[in-house]
Amino acid sequence: MLITTPNLSRPDDSYARLIATHEGLSEAESHALNARLILILMNHIGDADVLAQAMELARKA
Amino acid sequence: MTAHSTLAFTLYPYARSADQDRTTPAHHKVIVVGGGPVGLAMALDLGLRGVPVLVLDDNEGVGEGSRAICFSKRCLEICDRLGAAGPMMDKGVVWNVGKVFHDDRLLYEFNLLPEGGHAFPAFINLQQPYFEKYLHDAILAAQAKGAPIEMRGGNRVTQVTPDATGATLEIDTRDGSYTLRTDWLIACDGARSPLRGMLGLGFDGRVFEDNFLIADVRMKADFPTERWFWFEPHFKSGASALLHKQPDDVWRIDFQLGWDIDRKAELDPAKIRARVDAMLGPDVSYDLVWTSIYTFQCRRMDRFRHGRVLFAGDAAHQVSPFGARGANSGLQDVDNLGWKLAAVMAGQAPDSLLDTYEVERIHGADENILNSTRATDFITPKSPVSKMFRNAVLDLAATQPFARTIVNSGRLSVPCTYDGSALNGPDSDQMPPRSRPGSVCPDAPTPEGWLLNRLSTGFTLLTINADAPETLTAHGQTIPRLALTTTPELTARYLGSANGAVYLIRPDHHVAARWETYDEAAVTKALARALGKDA
Ligand SMILES: Cc1cc2nc3c(=O)[nH]c(=O)nc-3n(C[C@H](O)[C@H](O)[C@H](O)COP(=O)(O)OP(=O)(O)OC[C@H]3O[C@@H](n4cnc5c(N)ncnc54)[C@H](O)[C@@H]3O)c2cc1C
Repeated sequence: MLITTPNLSRPDDSYARLIATHEGLSEAESHALNARLILILMNHIGDADVLAQAMELARKA
Repeated sequence: MTAHSTLAFTLYPYARSADQDRTTPAHHKVIVVGGGPVGLAMALDLGLRGVPVLVLDDNEGVGEGSRAICFSKRCLEICDRLGAAGPMMDKGVVWNVGKVFHDDRLLYEFNLLPEGGHAFPAFINLQQPYFEKYLHDAILAAQAKGAPIEMRGGNRVTQVTPDATGATLEIDTRDGSYTLRTDWLIACDGARSPLRGMLGLGFDGRVFEDNFLIADVRMKADFPTERWFWFEPHFKSGASALLHKQPDDVWRIDFQLGWDIDRKAELDPAKIRARVDAMLGPDVSYDLVWTSIYTFQCRRMDRFRHGRVLFAGDAAHQVSPFGARGANSGLQDVDNLGWKLAAVMAGQAPDSLLDTYEVERIHGADENILNSTRATDFITPKSPVSKMFRNAVLDLAATQPFARTIVNSGRLSVPCTYDGSALNGPDSDQMPPRSRPGSVCPDAPTPEGWLLNRLSTGFTLLTINADAPETLTAHGQTIPRLALTTTPELTARYLGSANGAVYLIRPDHHVAARWETYDEAAVTKALARALGKDA
């Protein structure tokens, strides 16, 4: 089951880090970084059903 | 396509048949149209079962040009059952290592090294003309032993009229046309299947908007016997490239050229050489053996059975070559259809058994189409975003093993398991999933030779540490028992945690049902089911 209730240990920190990770990158480089990040997180999650729920949620939002 | 202009081997030269002089059409039991790998294997399978079969092909042998080069373990096992695998193994090149490059970086290498204890390797590389020739040699050997197989080269089918009891064919030869009548017609006439067209049947699916230049080159080079695949190669000869070893010092080279190309200009040998030189380096000398440009499709017919007309091989389904699933899956069609048609013709099974050919092989075709569509999409991304993700996977694959599992330059053909088939009987949850009903019997060494060699040409009752009578006679079948005791391989592949195992195995070496102990009523019931009598 995809967790959609609040689950981040330090939401502000993690969000700020996400933005900082992109600092100084061109738009294309940022897109490429995002793609790598998604793949890394997909692997961490692992479960195909959870991933499908996440993709569906992202598409609907 | 440049193929078929000249012949690599003349195998069945045109010879006038007495049928051509008849005033009323000669009547045949089974006619196979097409003498490619699938038609040849089909004739061999039926002939070895004693079913009279006539093969009609518009050529007189195998065309120049290789097309298929990778033949899978399952394909070889089927050819072995048909008596053709020996020369294939002698001539073929065994390979296990694949390397994947992006630009000028080696991302990773993989080893197909199959588990031990199998007669055949995961793959051999062999030019398709040899593959066809060895099947034809096996036909000659079978004919010499009395197998009722007849080959007619230079016979082009121009018209088909199917009806409830068979079909009438119009055939063109250099001596003019003639008519034949057949009870059963098997269309193995390739991806462009004229028969499909004559019957007005569709062939829907996807065309990949990309051209692939295939060059087979002969060279004495000390590249290792490995499969090398480049995404976006640094030598810029294509958007992707492949290098793969074949027998006779021949190497298969593939370049992805893109969609908008000038075919004629690209086939200019000078231009091809420029691409090959960039890849191999300036110091390597080679001959161009065969070149061609292909676009690839993934598609299949809605139905493989139309009454007494059955479609098999590329005529029924077509895939891109990534994953080597074309000829390999065609041979599995043959494996599935041969015993079923023989049983129906002998009155041992209802006509509806042939419907399960379609169900099981459509299941296989869909699996192959899915796999090769995904590989093709990975190799030739269709949108900027898809390319971005593809390259993100490649970037990660250099250092992250997880990303290598996503890299897809072709998932190499493995046999399909007929999960959910109406022919499947009981399963035992104590036994390994890999040999569940519907799956191909895994090979294993036994004291008297390879397991698959010891299965009968009909059904077999395999027992491991279990009692059973030496033969079971039921539903028109006399089923021999193959009694084995445990070995590490048999335990891992068949027994699992059960104390004993009884397997009912189909003539195509797929598992029909399995139990821990023998129960005649249960086995007889499963046999009826496997013969389609339960539907
Ligand atoms: C570049 C390339 C690479 C490939 N690599 C692989 C691989 O590595 N592994 C793999 O398994 N597959 C591979 N394939 C696919 C493989 O070549 C085909 O799946 C295979 O040839 C199909 O065999 P077939 O017998 O169904 O059809 P075909 O080989 O096309 O044979 C059809 C036959 O029917 C005959 N015929 C046609 N019309 C008529 C008519 N009207 N009357 C009489 N005869 C007729 C033709 O002359 C021909 O002999 C590759 C294909 C390509 C193009």
